[in-house]
Amino acid sequence: MVERGIDQLEAMFARVRDRGRAAFLPYMTAGLPDLSSSADLFVAMADAGADGFEVGIPYADPLMDGPVVQAAGARALASGVDVDRALAVVEQVASRTGKPTIVMTYVNPVLRHGIDAFVTRLADVGASGLIVADLPADEAEPFLHAAASVGIGMVLFAAPTTTDARLARIAAARPAFVYGIAELGVTGERQAVSSRAAGLARRVRETIDVPLVLGVGITTPADVAAAARVADGVIVGSALVRRVLDAPDPVAAVRTVREAVAELAAATEVPDRPEH
Amino acid sequence: MSSRPDERGRFGAYGGRFAPETLMPALLELEQAFDEARTDPGFLARLGVLLRDFVGRPTPVFRAERLSERLGIDLWLKREDLAHTGAHKINNTIGQALLAVEMGKPRIIAETGAGQHGVATATACALLGLECAVYMGVKDIERQALNVYRMELLGADVLPVSAGAGTLKDAVSEAMRDWVASVETTHYIIGSVVGPHPFPWIVREFQKIIGEELMVQLDGSEGRPTPEVIVACVGGGSNAMGVFFPYVAADADVDLVGVEAAGEGLDTGRHGASLVAGSPGVLHGAMTYMLQDEHGQVLEAHSISAGLDYPGVGPEHAAFLDRGAVRYDAVTDSEAVAAFHLLARTEGIIPALESSHALAWIVREASTLRGKTVVLNLSGRGDKDVQQVAALDG
Repeated sequence: MVERGIDQLEAMFARVRDRGRAAFLPYMTAGLPDLSSSADLFVAMADAGADGFEVGIPYADPLMDGPVVQAAGARALASGVDVDRALAVVEQVASRTGKPTIVMTYVNPVLRHGIDAFVTRLADVGASGLIVADLPADEAEPFLHAAASVGIGMVLFAAPTTTDARLARIAAARPAFVYGIAELGVTGERQAVSSRAAGLARRVRETIDVPLVLGVGITTPADVAAAARVADGVIVGSALVRRVLDAPDPVAAVRTVREAVAELAAATEVPDRPEH
Repeated sequence: MSSRPDERGRFGAYGGRFAPETLMPALLELEQAFDEARTDPGFLARLGVLLRDFVGRPTPVFRAERLSERLGIDLWLKREDLAHTGAHKINNTIGQALLAVEMGKPRIIAETGAGQHGVATATACALLGLECAVYMGVKDIERQALNVYRMELLGADVLPVSAGAGTLKDAVSEAMRDWVASVETTHYIIGSVVGPHPFPWIVREFQKIIGEELMVQLDGSEGRPTPEVIVACVGGGSNAMGVFFPYVAADADVDLVGVEAAGEGLDTGRHGASLVAGSPGVLHGAMTYMLQDEHGQVLEAHSISAGLDYPGVGPEHAAFLDRGAVRYDAVTDSEAVAAFHLLARTEGIIPALESSHALAWIVREASTLRGKTVVLNLSGRGDKDVQQVAALDG
C-alpha cells in the first residue's frame, strides 16, 4: 500500500524526535527561480538537510505574506505558474526527494477547484499536507474532512494573539500539526524572533497534542536554534526566497539556497533541547 | 428576515470569517464590543450627537425638479453629498472610531479608493484624538490628489500601495497586512460592507441610518410620496446597503436597484461588476461575488471611479442577489461621465463619479421608469473628481 501523505509527515516528526532535534522545513514559491529549475531547487534543499518542504502556490492577493513572498508570487504568476504547473512541481519534488511536501495556498484557489477535488489532486501528486493561510479553525471543517478522507494532513495556525479558548478549538480539530506564528505580522525577515514565540509554544504544548512547527519572521540560524528549542519543526521562508529573487541566474539561486539551508538546517540540532 | 448574520457571520451562503488566525481574536473582540455598544444608551447618545451636530444628519431629501421633468419621472435625491466631508462614509467612520475608543485602541488604519473613506476616517480620528494611517493605491493617489491632501491636513499618514494595480483591492490587502502585525493596538476601520465578519454587519448597522431617514422623509404624506424605485451605486456596496437595508428588512413594496461599474464595457473584461459579471469566491475574508479567473486568482477591476474599482462586493449584497431582493445592473464609464455633467447642469449639484453611475442607470432606464417616484442615493459630491473629468474633456 502506498504511504499516505499524513503518514509520511508523522514519520518525519518521529524521526527527528528520535534524533533529538526539530524538523527543518523551508518554504519556497513554486516556479522559482524558473519553472524548469524549481524542482532542482527543492532537491538541493533536501541534499542540504531539509526534512520536508512548504511549496507555495502563487496567489494574486496573498494577505498573510510580506513583500518578499508577494514579489515571488507575482514573478511566478507572470511566468505562467498556475495551480496545475505548481502541482506538477510538487509531484517532482515529492518523488525526487521522498520527503514530506506540504502545499501552501489561500482559500479561494482551493474553493475554485472544489475542496474534495483539490485535496484528491494533492494526494495524487504525492503531497503530504495542506496549509491555507486565510483559513481559521472556524471555517476549516470541510477542509479537515476532505483532507482526512484522502490521507492529506491539514495544518491549522496558532498565533500569539490566539486565546486559550481558541487553542482548545484548534486542538479539537486534530490538525496534522500546528503552525505557530512566531511573530505578529505577515511573512518576512525580522531582526530577531520575539520572546512571544516561546510563550506561544508553551501554551500550545499545554493544550494540543500534535506537533508544533514555528514559522513567520524566522531568519537566521540563531532564530532557528531558538525555535528548535521549543518546537518540533521550524519554517524559514522569506530569507530563502529573497536569495532566489536576488540571484542573477537559476544556477546561482540553487547554489545560494543550498548554502543557506545547510547552515539553517544545522541549527535545528540544539544540544540542550528539552524533551517534548 | 433576520437582521443579523448567523454565528459564523453568514448571510445565507455568503460572508464568514476567512481571516488569518492572528486576526481572529480581534474580530471576535470587535463583534463583542459592537454587540455591547449598539444597545448601550451612552454609546448611542454619543453617536447620535455627533451624527447630528458634527456630520449634519439627517441629510435632506431634495426633489430634482428640472431633471424630473426632463426624464419624465418623479426624481428625488437623498443628499449624502451634504454630510460632513462630502459623502456617506462618515456615518461609518464616526461609529467605528467611537468603537475603537471603547476598545481602548489608540491607532486607526483604513484603506481608501476614491479617498472619501480615507478623508472620513482621518476626520473621525482628528475629532477623537486617534492616530490615523490610510492605505491608498498609487493609481488612486494620482487620480484623487485633492483627497490625499485633505487627509494630510487632517493629520493622517497616507501610505502609498504599489502592489497589483495600485487601486482599492491592493489598499485593502495592505491595510489587512498592517493589521495582522498591529492588531493589539490598532483598529481597522474598513470602508465598506466587505471583509470578514463582523465588518459587513457593523458597517451596515452604521450606514442603515440613510434608509431609516428616507423612510421618514418620504413617508407617503402630502407632497412626500413613498419611493417606488431606489437606486444606488455599488462598489463594495456600503451606501447601497445603507439605503436598501431598512426597506429589505421591512419587506417594503419598492424596487431596489444596485448599479455596478461596467467600466469600458462588460464584454471587454475591464469592469468592476462583481455581482453582474462575477462568481462566488472568497475575497478579503468573506465569501461573496468576485472577479476571478478559472484558477481562482483575483482579477483586477476597472472603473473610471476609484470607489467602484474593486473586484468584490459586500456578502449581504451577494445574498440579496441570490434571493432577488435587489436587482443589480451596471453602467459604463462614459454613461457615468455623461450623468455627472447632466446633474451639474440641470440641478446645480456636482456628483461623485460613483454616484453618477446610479444616475446614469436612471437616465438609461427613464422610459421604463416613466411616471414613477425614484430616489437616487446621492452618496457623495464630486469635487474630488473635477480634475479627472476636466482631463477627460480635454
